[in-house]
Amino acid sequence: MTTVLHKQEQVTLDTFLRGIWEENPVFVMLLGMCPVLAVTNSTLNAIAMGLATLFVLVASGTLVSLLRKMIPREVRIATYIIIIATFVTMVDYTIQAISLDLYNSLGAFIQLIVVNCVILGRAEAYASRQRVGAAVVNALGMGVGFTLALLCLGTVRELLGAGTILGYPIFSPNFEPWVVMILPPGGFFVLGGWLLLFEWIKQRRERRTLQAQGATAHGS
Amino acid sequence: MDPESVQFIFLNAAIVNNFVLALFLGICPFLGVSAKKETAWNMGLATMFVMLVSSVCAYGINLLLVRFNIEFLRLISYIAVIASAVQLVEMALKKFSPGLSRAMGIFLPLITTNCAILGLALFQTFREYNFVQSLAFSIGAGVGFTLALMLMSGLREKLELARVPSVSQGAAMSLMLAGLLSLAFMGFAGLGSSHA
Repeated sequence: MTTVLHKQEQVTLDTFLRGIWEENPVFVMLLGMCPVLAVTNSTLNAIAMGLATLFVLVASGTLVSLLRKMIPREVRIATYIIIIATFVTMVDYTIQAISLDLYNSLGAFIQLIVVNCVILGRAEAYASRQRVGAAVVNALGMGVGFTLALLCLGTVRELLGAGTILGYPIFSPNFEPWVVMILPPGGFFVLGGWLLLFEWIKQRRERRTLQAQGATAHGS
Repeated sequence: MDPESVQFIFLNAAIVNNFVLALFLGICPFLGVSAKKETAWNMGLATMFVMLVSSVCAYGINLLLVRFNIEFLRLISYIAVIASAVQLVEMALKKFSPGLSRAMGIFLPLITTNCAILGLALFQTFREYNFVQSLAFSIGAGVGFTLALMLMSGLREKLELARVPSVSQGAAMSLMLAGLLSLAFMGFAGLGSSHA
C-alpha cells in the first residue's frame, strides 16, 4: 500500500468559516439538494434536518479521519458509506424516540442522509486526508453552513406558504397564504431565488472592485 | 382504480408522484446531467436498470431481515446491496456490451449516491408492497425519472439559445425551470383516483 502524503492543514478560523460562506455546500457547491428541497416546507423540519445532518457529518468525519491510515484505498468509498450508514441509523432511531410527529413529517429523508453527497464528499475530500482536529472543525463548519441554508429556505417557504414562523402567525389573519410555496414547486422557486440573490451580490461586488481599480488607475 | 393495483402503482410512481419533480429524489443527477438530451437518456436508462435490480434485491434482503428480526440493519444492508448491484451491472456491461458501457461512462458508478434508488428501496419496504407491486413500482419510478430528465434536458437545450439576464445564468435558471416543470406535473394530481 502506498501512502499518499497530503499537506496537513493548520486549524484556523477559516477552516470553520469556509463551510458557512465561501464553500457553502448548498448555495455554492450545490450538493445534497434532495433534503434541501424536500424537507424545508417548515422551519422546524429544516432545523431538525440540519441538526441531524450536522451530527452525521461531524461523527463520520471524526471516524473517517481516525481510521484514515487503516482503510485500504480500494474499498474506501464502501467503508465510508458503511460508517455513514451506521451513524444515520443512530440518528433515525433517536429522532423516532424523541418525537414521533417530527419523524413522520421528515419521512424517509432521515434515512436518505446516507446518500447526501455533502457527507460523502467531505469524507473523501477532507476527513480522509487531515488530522482529527481539522476534520472535526471543517465538518462543523459545513454542517452549520448546511443548516443555515436549510433555515434560509425553510423560513421563507413557511412564511409565504403558511404565513407563520415555527407555527406562530406573523401576518394579519387577512393574509392569503401562497400555498404553492409549501408544495414541491415552491422549493425549486425559493432556492432559485436565493441563488439569484447571491449571484447578484457577487456580480455587484465584482463591478465595484473593477470600478475602484479603474478609478485608482485613472487617478495615478 | 384500486390503489393496490399494479397499474395504479406504476402510474403513481411515474407521473403523479414523480420521483424527481414531486418527491425531490435524485435531484443531483437531474441538475447535473441534464444539459444534453443524449447523456440524459443514457443516465435515465442506467438508473432505470439499477432501480429494477436493487428493488428485487431489497425485496429479498428485507425478507431475510424480517425473518431473523434484525430490521435495524436495513439501511446498512440496503446501501451495501445497491453499491454492489451497481458494481455488478458495471462489470456485466463491460463484459457483454462494451459499447453501451463506454456510453454510460462515469454515470454508472455515480448512481450509487443517487437517492432515488435508496428512496425506492425504502418506500417499497414502508408501503409493504409484494413482489409484483415492487416490480411495478420500480419500473414506474425509473420511467418517471427518465421522463423528468428528458423534459429538463430538452428545455435546457432550447434555453441555450435564449437571452437571459447574466445574473440568472446557470443553476438559478435550471431551478426555476424545474419549478415550472414541477408545477405542470402537479396538474396530474388525482389522476387514476376513484372519482376521476
